Order: sequence, then structure tokens, then C-alpha cells
Amino acid sequence: MQDSSDSIVVETTRRIFADLCDPRTVNAAKDDAWKARLWQALEESGLTLAWVPEDNGGTGATMTDAFDIARISGQYAVPVALGETLLAGWLLAKAGQQCQPGPMTVAPMRDGPAIRIDADGRLSGRAKAVAFARGATQIVVIADRAGIPVIAGVSPQDCTLADRPTDLGGERADVTFDNAPSRFVADAPAGFDAPALRQLGAALRAAQMTGALETMLHISTEYAGERVAFGRTISKFQAVQHNLAQLGAEVAAALTASGSAADTYENEADDAAALFLEVASAKIRIGEAVEKGGAIAHQVHGAIGYTAEHVLQRFTRRAWGWRDDFGSESVWARDLGERVIANGADALWPTLTSR
Amino acid sequence: MQTAIRFDPMRLPPETEKLRQEVRAFIAEEIEAGTFDPALGLKGESFDREFSKRVAAKGWIGMTWPKKYGGAERSYLDRYVVTEELRAVTAPTWAHFVADRQSGPVILKYGSEKVKQEVLPRICRGEVGFAIGMSEPNSGSDLFAAAAKAEKVDGGYRLSGTKVWTSNAHQADYMIGLFRTSPPTKENRRHGLTQFVINMSWDGITVNPIIQMSGKHDFNEVVFDNVFVPDDYQLGEVDGAWKQATSELAYERSGPERFLETYYVLTGFINAIGDQPVDLRTSEGVGRLVAQLHTLRRMSVSVAGMLEAGKEPVLESSIVKDSGTIWEQELPGKVRSLAAFVEREPGNDPDLDDIIDFALLQAPKFTIQGGTTEVLRGIIARGLGLR
Repeated sequence: MQDSSDSIVVETTRRIFADLCDPRTVNAAKDDAWKARLWQALEESGLTLAWVPEDNGGTGATMTDAFDIARISGQYAVPVALGETLLAGWLLAKAGQQCQPGPMTVAPMRDGPAIRIDADGRLSGRAKAVAFARGATQIVVIADRAGIPVIAGVSPQDCTLADRPTDLGGERADVTFDNAPSRFVADAPAGFDAPALRQLGAALRAAQMTGALETMLHISTEYAGERVAFGRTISKFQAVQHNLAQLGAEVAAALTASGSAADTYENEADDAAALFLEVASAKIRIGEAVEKGGAIAHQVHGAIGYTAEHVLQRFTRRAWGWRDDFGSESVWARDLGERVIANGADALWPTLTSR
Repeated sequence: MQTAIRFDPMRLPPETEKLRQEVRAFIAEEIEAGTFDPALGLKGESFDREFSKRVAAKGWIGMTWPKKYGGAERSYLDRYVVTEELRAVTAPTWAHFVADRQSGPVILKYGSEKVKQEVLPRICRGEVGFAIGMSEPNSGSDLFAAAAKAEKVDGGYRLSGTKVWTSNAHQADYMIGLFRTSPPTKENRRHGLTQFVINMSWDGITVNPIIQMSGKHDFNEVVFDNVFVPDDYQLGEVDGAWKQATSELAYERSGPERFLETYYVLTGFINAIGDQPVDLRTSEGVGRLVAQLHTLRRMSVSVAGMLEAGKEPVLESSIVKDSGTIWEQELPGKVRSLAAFVEREPGNDPDLDDIIDFALLQAPKFTIQGGTTEVLRGIIARGLGLR
């Protein structure tokens, strides 16, 4: 959203990223000094704890504001643990814990067997591809204690971290919990379980992917208007125009689906069926948009687009990684399809029109 | 970083829910009475004058128009709800749909008082239907290359030339036709076309059927041989039709009819599955289709909200039409692919394979009628600043 009705939160977010996280500057930076400055600015403005109520030491922003923060962080391909800290803060608030400064992350981030915790609070199991695990002050985990969901916090120092052989972006590590001691354990509130984290995480990634797609469109359009071939800018070729029009359509679908899911979290968070339809649709449709849109963005950019030096890969790589977080499109589609078929053909139209 | 594209999360207002339930009750009665069978979809007869009169009796034609012309002065969002409910069951609305969606609004905006009084109340009563006379054998997408002539005579014009792809001209009472009154100018190649309301019973009009490969007779060729049109029936300024096109297209392009034409194939498939155990491939396939459909509908509702707020979302409505028509076109093929591993109980009526086959034969026209893909993508590219 770009009009004057943007909230203070959204305005502040944009300003910080524009000042401290310009993708071209970051991509060319010789060292990581800018990361500390960025994190400090984010923390000082309260953005990192937007999903924590004020009573728990957070800023208690609205759900839609926080999803906007996530989307704008996607627009800048922000390479610090902002989204992950938002999720961790949300979990800590549910666990009645106070939030400390510093970046955090959550697990599980990819579908797999549940992380287990015993009566002494020791964690075992594995969490694949956890973003920003290495630098986190804490990994906040949803674990299974003999069938009961609990929220636990653990230091990455007490886990075994293995960098993944291919990093799509976002500094991922496979985390092994080998009787790792937790710092705290709290029962998850009634009705809250691993699927609830997964669903919120999916909605967050949907917003981040949307932002990344917006920038893919922006820089592809810009590039096409500058790059000259055959005596004219490539934006003059109908084939290129039509490709960008299709990328525009994917951005449109992503904006719609992620906005609709965020709106549901804001206004109808108690409606489980509504949340499921909206989040599943967003995660599926935006994953598809990333597939098609990312391919178009790279095609328009030609060879320079697939170099490490060019910024495009900051967006496509992250988007390709975010797709797999908190359930891939295929898994969400299977779950949505199963429900639709089980409810019967006559129930589909009323379901769609309830939104 | 930002994009010019906006699709705010619009929800239809709670007040529309009561109307939605009324429309569903009406549809249920009509199905019970045997007026149409939703499972047949596009195979069914789409033109039903008596059905249109019953829709009109409910106040659902010309809903947004002034009461003095027979309308109900209801909101555009109310109309959206009625439209999507009728389209989802492929109800036979063809006798009034075009008149309601675009012909009436154009007459309201640009017509003489005489024509408004003559035509609009009759549309609202479901008594008359309209055809659109724009395309010609040598100009379709290139609308402003139209060559059929309107020659000025005393008291009116004489029309001559041929229009083609005119849906429903064989059953329409009126047509809104685009005719050339002057040559284009160097400054404006769109200059020189004028729109007229034409009574299809006037002398000199011949309608020849064009049968589609599916066997359906939707389209026609309409030949004008010195047809006299009184001055009163001119719409807007002479030579100025190019100014009238844009807002009309925003209304025409983004509605639920642009992605629901083959919805019945999806529900037909789910019905064919019935109580059989479902495999991963089938679940995933259906889930993806539903996610795509939900998103398309949310996009369309968002555009409806922008139109209700008085905006002209040309970029957004072109995106909805482009994405929607491709989706509804591809749907029969995707269902066919998923249906390959689903058992069909013999005697299921209608047969799913026949439904898919017929939809495949209708599908090519979705991305051509009302604005082709290639033209829409040019409009989208312009909206993105590329042209």
C-alpha cells in the first residue's frame, strides 16, 4: 500500500529499509556492519516485537500492520531475522514470556516429524532449514511432550547446526536437538498447536513473497526501460511487454491473496475454516506466482540477472526458499483439496462466497 | 519497490447476504421447476425470455439504474452478488445479460431521453435484449478500424456494412452498433466512429447464423443495407465513440462471468468422485484449482469495490479479465487430467466426459471474446508504464 492512509508503523518500516537496507548497497557491501545498524533501528522502533502485546514488552501492532511490515521486508529482501523474530515474539507472548532484545527464530520451519521434549525439558529431534538459526539469541520451538503441545526456548549453542549445502537465502541451518536443555517450557494455550504456528508462518511467508514479487516487477520494468537492444529499449518489444504483463498479473494475485489472508487474521481470527481457506489459498497461489513470476523476472533481465553481483537473485532466491517454509504449495493444496472433496460439490460455492 | 497495482481486501457488505439468500432461493425454485440443470452448464440453453422476465420481476435487472427508468437504484455490489450467484449455476440469463451489463449503462449515460424512456424500462422488465455490434470481418481487436458506414441523411443516418461475432443478434430486440461517420484524423486515429441504438426489426437488417464448432449458435453476422436510424437513436457525440469506450470496458471486463463459465466442470468432477477414496494427486489438483478460484474471486470483488467507489480501475480489471478467462479456459483440460484416474459410475447423468468434451469445444472463445489476451496484455503493459 502506498497512499497517505499508511499507518505510522508502515511508514516507519519503509523509511528504515530505504535508509539502511537498500538492496544494491547491501549486495555490494564489503562487510556486515550495516546489519547491526539495521537491527538496532528495527528494535528501537519496536518493529521486531510487533506481534507481542504491550503488556509483554512489545508494540502490539495490528495484525495487518505486522503483515505489512513483513511484505515491505520482502520488498527489500531484508536479510535479517525480522519475520522470524515476529513469529518468535508471538509464540513467547502465548507462553507468557518476556521478550529480550536480539534476533530470534522459530522451529519447526519445514514440515517433518515433531520435535519432542521430555519431562525434564530436554529437546530431541531435528528441524530442517531453520532461517537465521546461527545468530539467534533464542530458537523458540513448538514441541511435543507425549502428545501435548508446548512452547520452549533453546539456545542455538545447545544445538548442533549444519549449514545446508545450497543456501537459497536467509542463512539456513539444519538444527539437531540432542537432549538439548530448554531455557523455559510453557504449555501452549488451549486450542493452540503446531498447525497454528505453521498457519501463521505460512501467512507471513505469503506476505514476504508478495513483497519480493513486487520488487521483481519493479526492477524488471525498470531494467526493460533502460536496456537497449536492436536500436530500442527492450520494453518496446511486445514479447517483453506481454511477459511483464503476466508478471504483473502474478503480483496482482499475490497482493490479493496475502492481503485477504492478513485481513482475515485481523478481523476473523476465531473463524478456523475462514483462516484455513485464506491461508491455504495464499500459500498455494503465491507459491505458484513465485514460480512463474521469478522465471519471468530472470528472463527479462537476461544474463546479468542470474549473477551473484546483481540484486535480482536476492529476491528470487529468498522467494524460492520461503515457498518451502511452513508447508509447500503441494502440501497445502492436498489439505485444501481433501477438505473440499469431503465437503462435497454443493458446499464449495457457499464456502467461497463466505469470504 | 512499490507497484501501481492495487487490490485492497474488499469484502462484500453484510447487507448483501440477505439478497444472496433470496437469489439462491429463487434459483432453487427454478431448478425444481425444471427451467434449467446447472450440471449441464454451457450445454444448456442460455437464452430464456420467460426466465429473464421472472428475474426482472424480482427487481434484478437494471438494479443500479434510476427508478425513473425502471431501475432499483441499488448498489453495484448488490448487482455483483446477483450476477455471481446466477453465473455459478450457469443460469440462462442470456436474454437480458448484455443489456443489463453494458447496453443499458451506455444508454443511460449517452442516450436521448426518448430512447431512455423507450428502452430502459423494457430492459428492466426483462422484455427486451441487446446485441453488441462492434466487430466486423476486417476489424475485431482493432476496434477503431471499423468501416461499416453511417451516412448522414435528413432526420437521421443510413447504415450500411456488416457486423460479425454479434452474440445473440438472432434473438436480440436491439443492438448497439458502432459505425463510421467520418474518416479518422491524423491527430486521432480513433476519431470518426459513432454509436447508435438500433431496433433489430427495422428494414434492411439481415441476420445470418454462425455455428460454433461445439454446435452452439451464439454468434451471427449482421448485414445492414441502407438501414435508417433516426437522430434520436444516436448515442453521445457524433464521431466521439472513442470517448465512450473506456469506462464501459472496466465494467465489462472484471465481473464474475469472466472466470465462472466452466465452474460447473469442477463441481461436476467433485460430484463424480462422490464417496470414493481420494488419492494425493486428485486432492492436490482440486486444492490448487480452488486456491486459484478463490484468489480470482477476491480480485474481482476488489475491483467491484473500486468501481463502487467511483474509480476506473482499467489496469486491475484488465488483469482480472486476462487471468480469469485463461483460468476458465484451462479448467476443462485440468479436470480431464485429474479425472483420468477417477472411476466413473456408469449411468451418471450428465456424463462427466461429455461435459468435459463440450467445454473443451467452447473454451477457445473465452480468451477472445470481450477483449483478447494479447490486447489486454498491451493494456496491462501500458498500465505498468511500458508503453
